[in-house]
Amino acid sequence: MKRSAHLKASSLAIGAVLAAAACSAQASGISPKEMADALHAVMAADRTVYTRLIVNRLQNEEKVIKASEHWKDDKALVLPAQMFRFGAEEVAKSKPNFSYTLLSLWPLNKQNSAKTPVEKEGLDFVAKNPGKNFYKEETLGKKTYFTAVYADTAIAPACVTCHNDHKDSPRTDFKIGDVMGGVVLRIPISK
Amino acid sequence: MAKKNRRVLWIYWGVLSVAMVAYFATGLFYKEAATNPLLAPARAAFLPGQTTHGHYQIELACESCHSKSFAGQEAIQEACVKCHESDLKEAKDSHPASKFDDPRNADRLEKIDARMCVTCHVEHKPGLALAMGVTQPQDVCYNCHSGPEEMPQDHKNFKFDGCTAAGCHNYHDNRALYEDFLLKHAQDAKLNDKPQLPQREFAAAVREMSTYPAAKYPFKALSATEQDAPAGKRGSASLQADWLGTAHAKAGVNCSGCHASDGKDGTMNWTDRPTDPTACKGCHAAEDKGFLAGKHGMRLAQDLTPMTPGDARLPMKADAAHKELGCTSCHSAHRFDTKTAAVESCMSCHNDKHTLAYKESPHYALWQKEIAGQAPPGSGVTCASCHMPRMRMSTEDGARIVVQHNQNDTLRPNQKMIRATCMSCHGLGFSIDALADKKLIDNNFKGMPAQHVPSIDMAVAKDAATRSKRNKP
Repeated sequence: MKRSAHLKASSLAIGAVLAAAACSAQASGISPKEMADALHAVMAADRTVYTRLIVNRLQNEEKVIKASEHWKDDKALVLPAQMFRFGAEEVAKSKPNFSYTLLSLWPLNKQNSAKTPVEKEGLDFVAKNPGKNFYKEETLGKKTYFTAVYADTAIAPACVTCHNDHKDSPRTDFKIGDVMGGVVLRIPISK
Repeated sequence: MAKKNRRVLWIYWGVLSVAMVAYFATGLFYKEAATNPLLAPARAAFLPGQTTHGHYQIELACESCHSKSFAGQEAIQEACVKCHESDLKEAKDSHPASKFDDPRNADRLEKIDARMCVTCHVEHKPGLALAMGVTQPQDVCYNCHSGPEEMPQDHKNFKFDGCTAAGCHNYHDNRALYEDFLLKHAQDAKLNDKPQLPQREFAAAVREMSTYPAAKYPFKALSATEQDAPAGKRGSASLQADWLGTAHAKAGVNCSGCHASDGKDGTMNWTDRPTDPTACKGCHAAEDKGFLAGKHGMRLAQDLTPMTPGDARLPMKADAAHKELGCTSCHSAHRFDTKTAAVESCMSCHNDKHTLAYKESPHYALWQKEIAGQAPPGSGVTCASCHMPRMRMSTEDGARIVVQHNQNDTLRPNQKMIRATCMSCHGLGFSIDALADKKLIDNNFKGMPAQHVPSIDMAVAKDAATRSKRNKP
């Protein structure tokens, strides 16, 4: 109970920080690319902290509790990718001027596969060009967006083993340091 | 003379017209018209069509959904959210509006505006509403999920309504079943080793409640002489005996707990007949919340008169038609007998096939054994066991087992009942089959399921195929 309240408070706080970043970006004339990079820096840091300090430590090093896709039924920790998605959903509730999602060319959940041509192009680019980000404009539902794609890299053994062993995984040869997917971040721009 | 007669007629016509306009205008604009028997017909005249089973009880409280005259879709959406937000949150709504605000779903939004409840839940169109109170086409899932990326191989030949038919998927609520869950329980027997329902734990929970007025009501059994009702208000000997037999008296909750409030000068304000659920919710907030959200209490939640069985669309007993529904209509005042509330109270009003068949069912036989002390607590199955189950819920005082008084929570679709109740005693496969058998439901589960839902078989076959593919070099 306390833990879930704390998690909720944390994700709300992160949402508030990200939303505030979005507002101030417009006020100070920050470019969509700079804003996207800044937002992603916060997301990437939080993901790394959760993966290393919570999941990897408690599950793999101290073996206190497991992380599970069915975390509620299994009374387990939320998987890092799910944590990221729940955060994105929590942020979306405050209707900020941006959206983000974690996608992959080899998703466990097919709903997280690339859907738009820019998503496909971006995920392919970051997989083939380690260390580089992908930026492009795209129009969806009559609105134009600045879309940025950042590589999502396997940073802990848990990422690799989970994706290689999962029965729904279309790829089973991931190694630490491999690009497993990408964070797709969108900021609407006026044309 | 003829001229004079005509003038009188004109005056009559004018007065009548003004009176009619005034009557109908009052019905439409006067909020209290919904609860006034004289004005209610005037309001009802403006209903554009019958409402669904979910809303008909409150259809005359027009303001509940149409917050103000000619309010737009956003206002109606706000009204939907006001009543249903916590249910959707609890159900981990799979299709929240925020999902469709995501630009990557813009193409889906062009097909159907899924951000608005009224896109599917159109009211006042009785010819269009389906069993779930929605008016969506049966291929609604296919609109978005029929592509090769979305549709698993083994689902390809399903009919348009196949997604929900086996109880596997629901638009909002997918808590009940999922593939790994089907696999995990594939080998379940018809009956569990220890078939037992969750036990109540309120007595223990109140000790941890930060809001419980322990100073006023210490956890100490009271005697008849300790009653704190004013002189002349102590009631009959049988009433006192009823109260002394309750958990209230045993936990130190005195007469003043329900009948009194503190006056300004420290004196006690006494009420002979406290209004329920107001009097009860001080300690039973979670139960009150469920009651007001369900069919029994939703009229009270909209400040209307209490629901009566006479107003129900389901078959009810004629002699119960005028009973007004509140906490004490099932629990009775002073006795608060949960055993009566769990069976006899339901059966005193409900008159459908399923209810009437209950006393011939194996569930009732188990209940008889339990109350006779021949079987352990929780082994009997009452009406409440399935329709108002004890569930672990998040409350203001932390997570605890609470009786879900919203009887609709596990009813539609009935697969929601599988995890909440059936699986306390039965295996998953047996439960899925039983709930898909309409005849078995009608005779209150006397017999075995006559049909088989293949969802577990499909999950097992798919899992075996995946594993065999992976093991191939």
